[in-house]
Amino acid sequence: MEIFPQQASTFAPHVDALYGFLIAVTAFFSLLIGTLVVVFAIRYRRRSPDEVAKDVHESAVLEVVWTVIPLGLVLVMFFWGASVYFRITRPPADALDVYVTGKQWMWKIQHTDGHREMNELHVPVGRPVRLTMASEDVIHSFFVPAFRFKRDVVPGRFSIAWFEATLPGKYHLFCAEYCGTRHSGMIGWVYAMKPSDYQAWLAGGVAGETLAAAGAKRFQEHACNTCHAEQAGARGPSLNGLFGKQVRLQGGQTIVADEGYIRESIVNPQAKLVEGYPPIMPTFQGLISEEGLLQLIAYIKSLSPPAAPGAAAAAAAPAERKPVKP
Amino acid sequence: MAEAARALAHEGPPELQHHFENLAAQKEAVSLGMWAFLVTEVLFFGGMFTAYVIYRESYRAAFEGASNLLDIRLGAFNTAVLILSSLTMALAVRAASLGDRRRIVPFLSLTMLLGTVFLGVKVVEYAQKFEHHEVPGPHFLVPHGLPPQSEMFFSLYFCMTGLHALHMIIGIGLLTWLVRRARRGDFSERYNSPVEMVGLYWHFVDIVWIFLFPLLYLLGRHTL
Amino acid sequence: MSTPAVSPPGAARAHRVNYLNERYGVASWLLTVDHKRIAILYLIGVTFFFAIGGIYASLIRLELLTPAGDVFQSETYNKLFTGHGVMMIFFFMIPGIPGVLGNFLVPLMIGAKDVAFPRLNLLSWYLFAIGGLTALWAVVHGGVDTGWTFYTPYSTVYSNSWVVVTAVGIFIAGFSSILTGLNFLVTIHTMRAPGMSWMRMPLFCWGMYATAIIQILGTPVIAITLLLVAAERLFHLGIFDPAQGGDPVLFQHLFWFYSHPAVYIMVLPALAVISELVTAFARKPIYGYKFIAGSSVAIAVLSFLVWGHHMFVSGQSVYAGLVFSVLSFMVAIPSAIKVFNWTATLYKGSVSYQTPMLYALGFIGLFTLGGLTGLFLAAIGIDVHVTDTYFVVAHFHYIMVGGTIMGYLGGLHYWWPKISGKLYPEYWSRVSAWVIFLGFNLTFFPQFILGYLGMPRRYHAYPEEFQVLNVFSTAGASILGVGYLIPLVYFFWSMRYGKDAADNPWGATGLEWQTASPPPTENFAETPVVTGKPYDYATVAEAALG
Repeated sequence: MEIFPQQASTFAPHVDALYGFLIAVTAFFSLLIGTLVVVFAIRYRRRSPDEVAKDVHESAVLEVVWTVIPLGLVLVMFFWGASVYFRITRPPADALDVYVTGKQWMWKIQHTDGHREMNELHVPVGRPVRLTMASEDVIHSFFVPAFRFKRDVVPGRFSIAWFEATLPGKYHLFCAEYCGTRHSGMIGWVYAMKPSDYQAWLAGGVAGETLAAAGAKRFQEHACNTCHAEQAGARGPSLNGLFGKQVRLQGGQTIVADEGYIRESIVNPQAKLVEGYPPIMPTFQGLISEEGLLQLIAYIKSLSPPAAPGAAAAAAAPAERKPVKP
Repeated sequence: MAEAARALAHEGPPELQHHFENLAAQKEAVSLGMWAFLVTEVLFFGGMFTAYVIYRESYRAAFEGASNLLDIRLGAFNTAVLILSSLTMALAVRAASLGDRRRIVPFLSLTMLLGTVFLGVKVVEYAQKFEHHEVPGPHFLVPHGLPPQSEMFFSLYFCMTGLHALHMIIGIGLLTWLVRRARRGDFSERYNSPVEMVGLYWHFVDIVWIFLFPLLYLLGRHTL
Repeated sequence: MSTPAVSPPGAARAHRVNYLNERYGVASWLLTVDHKRIAILYLIGVTFFFAIGGIYASLIRLELLTPAGDVFQSETYNKLFTGHGVMMIFFFMIPGIPGVLGNFLVPLMIGAKDVAFPRLNLLSWYLFAIGGLTALWAVVHGGVDTGWTFYTPYSTVYSNSWVVVTAVGIFIAGFSSILTGLNFLVTIHTMRAPGMSWMRMPLFCWGMYATAIIQILGTPVIAITLLLVAAERLFHLGIFDPAQGGDPVLFQHLFWFYSHPAVYIMVLPALAVISELVTAFARKPIYGYKFIAGSSVAIAVLSFLVWGHHMFVSGQSVYAGLVFSVLSFMVAIPSAIKVFNWTATLYKGSVSYQTPMLYALGFIGLFTLGGLTGLFLAAIGIDVHVTDTYFVVAHFHYIMVGGTIMGYLGGLHYWWPKISGKLYPEYWSRVSAWVIFLGFNLTFFPQFILGYLGMPRRYHAYPEEFQVLNVFSTAGASILGVGYLIPLVYFFWSMRYGKDAADNPWGATGLEWQTASPPPTENFAETPVVTGKPYDYATVAEAALG
């Protein structure tokens, strides 16, 4: 009978360390209160039916002490928890991108090189993996207990989170947000593999067209280049090199063109209008599926050079390592 | 023994409820109760106002465009009607507190009339929306030139003004009850808290409209 | 004063007029405005809905004996856990202690003849009953499968179950809760007996006051949220539906803005009961009266600032997460203060082990453990791993069942002589207290382990390696169920065959014990005047002796 989950990611030891501390504090205070209560209840038990206890002098100092000490302890817990949380929330720049679509009641995984998986995710150990997730219908949640990884997948937005596996193995994947009839059937496996095994996996199996190529198709389908024509005087802003850059909006604000910005610009173009362009982009809400949106994001990302040298190697490497199969 | 206790309790004015020591205590309790109830109403409407403000931020163009489709003249007229009705209500409360029995019923009736006028105008507005396919749901047609999220504006418009109208209807019902009691001669200088309490409720419903009107009709308006 | 005194047999006592025997007949009950009779009406109502919620729980634990989903179909199972949550939370826990003990005791404790608005009080009960029956209608006609949390867009667009009817039932019951809160707030503010200042008021009333604040401020928000959910479902509005531009996370904010404070509606009254029990059964003034009173109000205020801790993984900003995390840690402190003050009350006390005290002592242990496990959830770094798993389920059941229900039962036993004029059988009451304590721990402790292992909640079927712990849990649940049945039997029994109780069988302080058991309809023959501190056992004893 298992009573503790495996530690298979870089997060796990940090989460478990804080957990251990909290268990210690819990055990300490539970035992302290429990013992005091039992000891007092026995030592001061009523010895005759008419016995009445004498008043005991109250001490404000005691009240302050047993307020301040717990306060100090919980602040320690807060800061420790926050630091673990910061670790979790900032994906490294050179992370491997994987795109996930959750829908009732399955997980569709797409790798940038075109590999598609259903309810399974193969990742290399020792490499950060960044999941960009979308839902086709209701709220789901991608949960890998061994990685201490969980993020809700909320329809209408992208949910982005990352992990780095450390131990090769096969780990449970659960949906952790109730999503209807087969919620407990929306499960699968994450395979963390040694880098060499991962390369072998990438090489074998049929890869479909890359995500970016699929996105390029969508771009054509919806005639996006009518306005985003990549020439002077075009009605829409240029998308070449857009991803990751700062964008000036009407009204003077500047934001970074990340996945969320691009998704929003497709479904709600009036929300953030780019300076110097007329507000004529129609909304594609309901016309493009979540999967299609992910493909478009991948395509637009591919129009930008990779952000950092590490990222360049990362972006280039999978394509190079995959031999062309007839 | 129990009967004796109850007999004791029935001493005192007829409007004193048996569990209060005296009329002053009763009035204090009733007043605190009504104010606490109005606080719950603030939170009740507050949830919807929050949703409105958030979506307005996300869908500025859609909301501003849709807002301009509302009939500002009817909205302004209704605002004036409600403010006037608060005046007549205040006069009714004053009349009751002064023991001026002849004036209570006329002022209450005027308030009811103005409230009914308000509701009538809302019926007209709603009917117009129905005609223009601006009612959210299967028959909604996105107004020309506006983004589809304008439907969200109308969803919130109907929920907020609908809930407000429901509160007006309840208010008119309460006024009807007050008129009946006033006709019976229930209110006097000594005892008039029902009038005062319904007055508080009526003023509250008026204040809600005073927030609704600018939020729904006025922000981002570029035509009259 | 002595241990439970049995009154001498005799005509004088048996024919004393009290609130129970003054009038007979169904109409005298269904049209009563007496707060004590309304309390009994609530007792019947909440016991009924508790039974339904309990049946749901039994069926859930039955299914979870085996890893496969082999007892019920998935759709049915989803309706089981939804029904369990809805019935227990909205129709047992929220109305429970306020409706039963609050209604019965608050006027007595402050020396008043009734609550401020007796007719509103009766209306409250009817709204509770109608709301509950409406939800029951939904249950009977096929149920709801959204979870008690009604997350959108599943509840507004995808579910094929009786969402609107259930939402309406909860909405109606919500009004009951608001009116009860209003009533207690005004009663405590305006109807305290001469000499009863705020600082002389029993701690139970402080707890009910703090609860009333939450009922008044929080409940309207769930009301409007459910109204919007119903409107969206009926009229296809799209306020929370992303396909129409709506935001599912907005729903979560609105929902949890009430539902977090709601858990304090559920626990503050129990905390208030425990304060009364500890002082009475240590026969010693409560240690730190001001701090306990203040902590109740502090909890009420802080409870409104922490709702985002239910949403750490749903995509709110990192900044928001940090703010909610630190505030969630803060809200634990006042509860800790109570536990320390209760422990200090036992020190040099005169402690007796009657059943209400067994419940109180059990409460202190279980609430401490449950509260500490809340800290795990407040720490975002850990919450990411354990949210939506059985760890959360274990945490809130430790508070709600190990806490609130044990507080409720402790209070019911303590005040039963006052409410019914009868004594329950002490032997069986102690047996059931132990059975409940042991059964409870066996049911829910394994769930902490299951949660950290990664077993998600609301799972119909689960991986085999989780089975052993689930079997422990189900075994515990069956013991717990038995533990709850025993008091049901003997409370009924006591009404007919129980020994008559004295006016103050525990030798406790408090105005409620200065009047008859059961009290007359108008509570006191004469309005009491309060001159001393609360829980002044030493002075009372001295006065009695000399």
